[in-house]
Amino acid sequence: MSDVALAAPPVWRAPTTEARPVKLGLIVIALLFLGLFLVIPLMVVFVEALRGGLGAFAAALGDQDTFASIELTLLVAAIAVPANLVFGVAAAWAIAKYEFRGKTVLTTLIDLPFSVSPVIAGLIYVIMFGSQGYFGPWLKGHGVQIIFAVPGIVLATIFVTFPFVARELIPLMQEQGTQDEEAAVSLGASGLQTFLRVTLPNVKWGLMYGVLLCNARAMGEFGAVSVVSGHIRGQTNTMPLQIEILYNDYQWVAAFAVASLLALLALLTLVVKSALEWLFGHELANGSR
Amino acid sequence: MSTLAIASWRRPSIIPGFGLTLGFTLTYLSLIVLIPIIALVLRTTALSWQEYWAIASSARVAAALRLSFGAALIGAAINAVFGLIVAWVLVRYEFPGKRVLDAIVDLPFALPTAVAGIALTAIFDKNGWIGQLLAPLGIQVAYTWLGVVVALTFIGLPFVVRTLQPVIVEIDREIEEAAASLGADRWHAVVKVIMPTLLPALLTGFVLALARGIGEYGSVVFIAGNIPYRTEIAPLLIVIRLTEFDYAGATAVATLMLAISFVMFLTINLIQAWARRRYGYV
Repeated sequence: MSDVALAAPPVWRAPTTEARPVKLGLIVIALLFLGLFLVIPLMVVFVEALRGGLGAFAAALGDQDTFASIELTLLVAAIAVPANLVFGVAAAWAIAKYEFRGKTVLTTLIDLPFSVSPVIAGLIYVIMFGSQGYFGPWLKGHGVQIIFAVPGIVLATIFVTFPFVARELIPLMQEQGTQDEEAAVSLGASGLQTFLRVTLPNVKWGLMYGVLLCNARAMGEFGAVSVVSGHIRGQTNTMPLQIEILYNDYQWVAAFAVASLLALLALLTLVVKSALEWLFGHELANGSR
Repeated sequence: MSTLAIASWRRPSIIPGFGLTLGFTLTYLSLIVLIPIIALVLRTTALSWQEYWAIASSARVAAALRLSFGAALIGAAINAVFGLIVAWVLVRYEFPGKRVLDAIVDLPFALPTAVAGIALTAIFDKNGWIGQLLAPLGIQVAYTWLGVVVALTFIGLPFVVRTLQPVIVEIDREIEEAAASLGADRWHAVVKVIMPTLLPALLTGFVLALARGIGEYGSVVFIAGNIPYRTEIAPLLIVIRLTEFDYAGATAVATLMLAISFVMFLTINLIQAWARRRYGYV
């Protein structure tokens, strides 16, 4: 019982931070919240997928319809992602490198697909190309099927992933201004040369970032694709739709096995995304740092 | 003469490619987004007002809209409270595993909604990891409206955190020092000095989460149980009408939801305009 211990001043705390117990409490709350809503759902996917052992897991993925769904998902992403990549680059070039009227409206319209429900994204193409749609009878007369076939799935996927590359590139290219390009052009470079040798190296990580997010959504889209797919087994089911079918058939392990592949893709996406942010954060658009 | 006409709506530039890139952008945007959405709206005009109103005000549609809106509202509110804590912790404190935690916040953006849907259902089913803890308390989450709230909380989680983080980083620490030196304790400094500057971003994140929740489909349909009038969300009703080949019913509900999205969008812009006037930033 020394007097020194009694007289010891309270632990000093900077006036611009919280007391230690408050800090710890807030960290625990944050951990519990993220654990409950993010970590546990992720874990349960893998636990359920491997519930029957590796053999059952492999057997589930070896199923013919499941394999067809994996192929279709890859095919759809292989069309939708490059299409939106080309669009994103063109849109960013037009919006960031020139001053013209109506630019704000154009930027807003590019973001529009993000505020539309995925189900509506599917519905609009049914209204356009379905059997009762505006172009339905004409398409039928010419033997072209879009709805309940692969073209419809591709269109719906393009719609829901429409803004990803553009919204990453537009702020980035606006930040970088037009001086580099003007210098290149005045030194005699053509438009294509300017883009490939001046602009592209400046935006390559941002471009990759946009493509990464675009691809994750393209492979994982459910609502929009579900409306236009028709659910023909082995033909028009992407992986998310195959999960639904297996789940509704009570093929629990198989459903989670397919789900675990998509969860792995999501994890890989997050890892690459974080790596891009840590390594090249200063070369990405403001919002994604 | 023609150059003058061009100059009136755009500033001249020596960088080539304006016509090509803008032309391609407008064509692609029109074909993929604008024309199909206009087609949907036009399709609705085939209905008379009485017919439209009959569909929109029918008990089943009203119940579905109420559930979608109400559950999204609760989910966004949960995210506003916990998202604020998560964002604060991630910016201000140092602790092991912080970077991993920061990265995983984006999981709902990266994880396909169908995967999230079956995972949440498995967890909150009465035999699931959390469901079996809640069952003795008489709480059933899966296949009730609570399940819808859980799914929409998951889906909206990143919005509040990601809109708040950059704003918390930008807070001028000198303001907090000034508050402390003028005698405010930490609680008052946080509530009276810091919170007002975070409010616009918090509201924006809230509305973004709300807007996403109202339209969400994939993660909800597995956990909701989908009982008409009780656990049937509005997007599911569109799908059901379509499978019945009731195009009029589907488009009527869809345009109602588009109108709601539009109001959300306007709200976000109003919040940001207000924040710009009041605080000078967004």
